[in-house]
Amino acid sequence: MALSNEEILAGLAELITDETGIAGDEVALEKSFTDDLDIDSISMMTIVVNAEEKFGVTIPDDEVKNLKTVGDAVTFITNAQD
Amino acid sequence: MSTKRIVVTGIGATSPLGGTAAESWQNLLAGASGASPLEQDWVAKFDLPVTFAAQAAVKATDVLERVVTKRLDPSSQFALIAGREAWADAGSPDVDPDRLAIDWATGIGGVWTLLDAYDTLRERGPRRVLPMTVPMLMPNGPAAAIGMDLGARGGIRTVVSACASSTESIINAWEHLQLGYADVIIAGGSEAAINPLPIASFAAMQALSRRNDDPTTASRPYDVSRDGFVLGEGAAALVLETYEHAVARGARIYAEVLGGAVTSDAFHITAPDPEGAGASRAMRQAVERAGRSLDEVVHVNAHATSTPVGDIAEYNALRSVFGDHLDNVTVAATKASTGHLLGGAGAIEALFTIKALYERTVPPTINLNDQDPAIPLNVPRAPEALPAGDVLALSNSFGFGGHNAVAAFASVS
Repeated sequence: MALSNEEILAGLAELITDETGIAGDEVALEKSFTDDLDIDSISMMTIVVNAEEKFGVTIPDDEVKNLKTVGDAVTFITNAQD
Repeated sequence: MSTKRIVVTGIGATSPLGGTAAESWQNLLAGASGASPLEQDWVAKFDLPVTFAAQAAVKATDVLERVVTKRLDPSSQFALIAGREAWADAGSPDVDPDRLAIDWATGIGGVWTLLDAYDTLRERGPRRVLPMTVPMLMPNGPAAAIGMDLGARGGIRTVVSACASSTESIINAWEHLQLGYADVIIAGGSEAAINPLPIASFAAMQALSRRNDDPTTASRPYDVSRDGFVLGEGAAALVLETYEHAVARGARIYAEVLGGAVTSDAFHITAPDPEGAGASRAMRQAVERAGRSLDEVVHVNAHATSTPVGDIAEYNALRSVFGDHLDNVTVAATKASTGHLLGGAGAIEALFTIKALYERTVPPTINLNDQDPAIPLNVPRAPEALPAGDVLALSNSFGFGGHNAVAAFASVS
């Protein structure tokens, strides 16, 4: 069964907190991974690899650069679940 | 070359005897052993022939934040803990970052990260191999972890010479200070190799003690019943700086580093030269290069791993260097308590040597109940006072590959 946007956001926040120590409530849809959350490329790829496993989706490397905000990632994962 | 005086102003350690340098030293003096049975599930899973080791007394993950540990191999976690402690112990010197350097060491590197990642690759495919895998497993990872943390921009270097590694890193630090490359250097070494693969390999070469039923007495250097070393883990760090720099900032000085010497056997990849010729040359050179006399040496922290052949080869080397004076030299074989920290061994033993000079106390060697008559060394079983006055001490480390590294230290009054 597909997860809701809220569930995906919460799951993503867990991965981001685990990787970077950023508090879960800092992770909001409009936040930019680089500008707001200060996530570097290695952490981003770690989060992507862990998100693929957690949500059972594939996030191609070419797609990662298009995921500017947390909302972009939630939308991508939502669509990829279908 | 005009010689600068180089001194130790900070020490740090996380070892099988304690989570700090002070705890490690106190438990060493108390005659403790860091060895214990391994409770991990992989011991039974692989049916390992050796089921105990000297694990770090305090888990690195209990000290460091998770966001830090998940990006560092355990060997780097230990390094960071010891490095931070040494830096704080030195009073967190105000030094130009361009003049602060790291000379670190490891024997094996990030073996846990490497093997865990290989399991991931085999079982779950390349997409699941995390991007930090290589920076975590590389042998310079521990040095980089300390250097990044303390902002050292004067060079971050790593030496790899098996169990001689971190004595060599201290000698390298002394040389780099002599050459004027830095004002302050953090030197030391770390290892985190209590892992099934190194255990299987060391056991296969008959290097490990098999006293599975009695871990705390298994490491027994110089005893007639010694049957191999006990694998240990952890890290030790020293802050080295020029005497002028230390005095100018009012730093406490533990001891003077007189440098040392590195020689090689070119004899056998793992076995020591039975006569210890290379080890002898290293000890002689360490003292002679410092312009000092062998008669001034009152204490040696021996390599003494508790293997049948290694201990006697080192004795032969000591006797050939010191002759009758050897009977006046108190020898400590502290691996009896710590186990063998491999790339961290030289650093923790240098730390103990420095503490011995500073506290004027030779640490005891435990588990020596029946001293091998072929090894007539003066080995205190209880803490013993060092002579007063200006005295020298050596710390010996030898490694697979035929590496011999000897560091020399002097008391500072």
